[in-house]
Amino acid sequence: MTIADVPERFRVASSRRENEDTWTVELEPVGRQGLDFAPGQFTMLYAFGAGEVPISVSGDPRRPGTLVHTVRAVGAATRAVCAVREGDELGVRGPFGRGWPIGDADDLDVVLVAGGLGLAPLRSVVYAVLAERERYRRLVLLYGGRTPDQLLYRDELAAWSGRDDVEVRLIVDAADQTWHGQVGVVPAVVDRAELDGGGAIAMVCGPEVMMRYAVEALVTAGLPAERVFLSMERNMRCAVGHCGHCQWGPSFVCRDGPVYSWSEAEPWFGIREL
Amino acid sequence: MRTLERDSFDRLLEALQRRGYRVIGPTVRGGAIAYEPVDRSAELPVGVTEEQEGGTYRLRGRDDQALFGFANGPQSWKRLLHPPRVRVWRARRDPDGFEIQPEPIDPPKWAFLGVRSCDLHAIRALDRTMLEIGHPDPAYRARREGTFIVALNCGTAGGTCFCVSMDTGPKATFGFDLALTEVLEPDRHYFLVEQGTELGGEVLAELPTAEAGEPEREAAQRIVEHTAASMGREMEADGLKELLYRNYEHPRWDEVSDRCLTCGNCTMVCPTCFCTDVEDVTDLEGNAERWQRWDSCFTVDFTHIQGGSVRSSSRSRYRQWMTHKLATWWDQFGTSGCVGCGRCITWCPVAIDITEEAAAIRATDGEKR
Amino acid sequence: MKSIADLLAEVPTFVGLSEGHRELIAGCGQNVIFKRSEYVFREGEPANTFFAIRRGSVALELSAPSTLVIETLHAGDVLGWSWLFAPYRIRTDARAMEEVHAIAFDGACLREKCEADHDLGYELMKRFAQIITARMQATRLRLLDVYGAPVAEPRS
Repeated sequence: MTIADVPERFRVASSRRENEDTWTVELEPVGRQGLDFAPGQFTMLYAFGAGEVPISVSGDPRRPGTLVHTVRAVGAATRAVCAVREGDELGVRGPFGRGWPIGDADDLDVVLVAGGLGLAPLRSVVYAVLAERERYRRLVLLYGGRTPDQLLYRDELAAWSGRDDVEVRLIVDAADQTWHGQVGVVPAVVDRAELDGGGAIAMVCGPEVMMRYAVEALVTAGLPAERVFLSMERNMRCAVGHCGHCQWGPSFVCRDGPVYSWSEAEPWFGIREL
Repeated sequence: MRTLERDSFDRLLEALQRRGYRVIGPTVRGGAIAYEPVDRSAELPVGVTEEQEGGTYRLRGRDDQALFGFANGPQSWKRLLHPPRVRVWRARRDPDGFEIQPEPIDPPKWAFLGVRSCDLHAIRALDRTMLEIGHPDPAYRARREGTFIVALNCGTAGGTCFCVSMDTGPKATFGFDLALTEVLEPDRHYFLVEQGTELGGEVLAELPTAEAGEPEREAAQRIVEHTAASMGREMEADGLKELLYRNYEHPRWDEVSDRCLTCGNCTMVCPTCFCTDVEDVTDLEGNAERWQRWDSCFTVDFTHIQGGSVRSSSRSRYRQWMTHKLATWWDQFGTSGCVGCGRCITWCPVAIDITEEAAAIRATDGEKR
Repeated sequence: MKSIADLLAEVPTFVGLSEGHRELIAGCGQNVIFKRSEYVFREGEPANTFFAIRRGSVALELSAPSTLVIETLHAGDVLGWSWLFAPYRIRTDARAMEEVHAIAFDGACLREKCEADHDLGYELMKRFAQIITARMQATRLRLLDVYGAPVAEPRS
């Protein structure tokens, strides 16, 4: 079920601040069933009068009753979304787009490479994999951010790190001495993860530059281009392939993406200002 | 095939009006041909033609009384089927949050009079984007389904148009209820009328027509052939998609962007440019509205990500428009986005010519900046 | 018990060296252990030693003025390139984040050997140039501040 044309009302069940400009909001439907979504999809979130923005779903797909979104306040609409408190309402259209290929990951190492806010759409993958852990081999989460206090979901990262069926490697651009983890860039963590290129599937999400280098590191580690996936960001406005804003070469990111395999994406990625 | 005398032309308008159609046809407005409501044939651009060239448009008098003796103007039928500003919904705050009222869809019943073959192809192209591929737009469908179309086979080429090389005219071959060809002879002014649909046949049956004879059919044929032979431009369409796909780094893009003002005129006059934006507006009383309005890929932040605009250079934006029109449209919608109407050439303030740009790239295929 | 030459063969950077060159380099090396928080070297010191980390992590730090960790190096990484390029001065602090086992190489001794054996010098230059370019690439990537707030405010 997709709410395509007109937003439907959802009530804010909770709002949690992740860092100086990012909040995670949990939404419950008002007078309708919860939305089924696939990890990797996005919704258009509407703050009354302020506008609409495309935000990845980052909740647990087995709990469609609650929609979870992590939003960074960068403009009028996102600032309005980040300002909500419990009991406020937001409009939701969606979910839209093609999600992560979790169904193709059986018996493979699932390697998730996230940068900054890019962990949000991958968190749903972690939940999906943990729900049926025996279907997959290694679950490796490689996550980079600017500084330690910019990292998202720190409680969950700690919980996952504590499990012996999940490998979590964190890296930041810079840190002070209280940080006991890695400092550097995400591709370096990929190099160090000792991946089995022939037996892994990778899902990458983060700033475009970071994804470019992370994908290079994954391919160097032996993963085939058909098993490396990334999530493209564009300024979706209508989210249904009509307004034209999200075009990337021949592709409408809202509809053909946002998830693409590297074999699909590579020819277009190299074209500057496409 | 039937014939209808000029003096009875208004009977066609009356028949349409009796059926509740608002007839929209070409008129002279502000020194150009514009599609406006028309009640009588006298309101059409009688005895008017135009002079079109790159960056040039002037109306001129003809030495006859042709009703459709011109090619096109800055507007196309997209102005009605895919309007520049449409309200999508309204919302108001309530104690719990807010409530949204979708805008009722109740378009007027139109009869488009004088639709050229290129514009028929353009309407079909818009049908692909708005209805057939992906999510259908219910408002577009409602406008489209109610519309009666009277096509017009061009007797005059526009000066910048190239329907022949795009295989989109000058003869209308589909998508119409009735199709007219205007014939002016020294002692007779009449129209050949071709039926396109059953509905068209019903309207035709109400008109005082006669069976078209061989000389009349031939006269119509000669007119279309004459138009086809008077094309102002030519586009080599063979392998055009692949040509553009392999020339994203061609130096010609830099050259054209030195001239392009990114004014977006081309996107406004193009009958297939469909890009829109959504605009959320509020008033001081707690009401909000969402509007859909035309947008242009020539605006600097048309496509952006968190790191900033994706196409910040004018080079990349001209390239986006032209490769979309001639190449990626094929992969998205199975048809060319360009119908050869020539409007972008006429209405570009610096006379950039899409056929010339394509030819320049083809001549130096493979060059890189 | 493995010899230094054997250990050297396991360090990714030194893969592909001839046995002779490996023996030469190993001759300048010895096993070392650093305790947690111990400084491996400090900014400004003469650069006469480099390390192949076998176990543990090392933080490269700069004072800005509070201490900022600008990179961490781990098992398999080579630490220290200033020994090979004039003015042979250390550029950052390096502190053991936990107990670190490494092979320490006498850079001054190796510099002399490189002057005498240009083939050896070329092999080391190639490898250290690669380390430096990788670090520079990483630094450039961080200069872009990809996780930072957007430069221009988008329309919505």
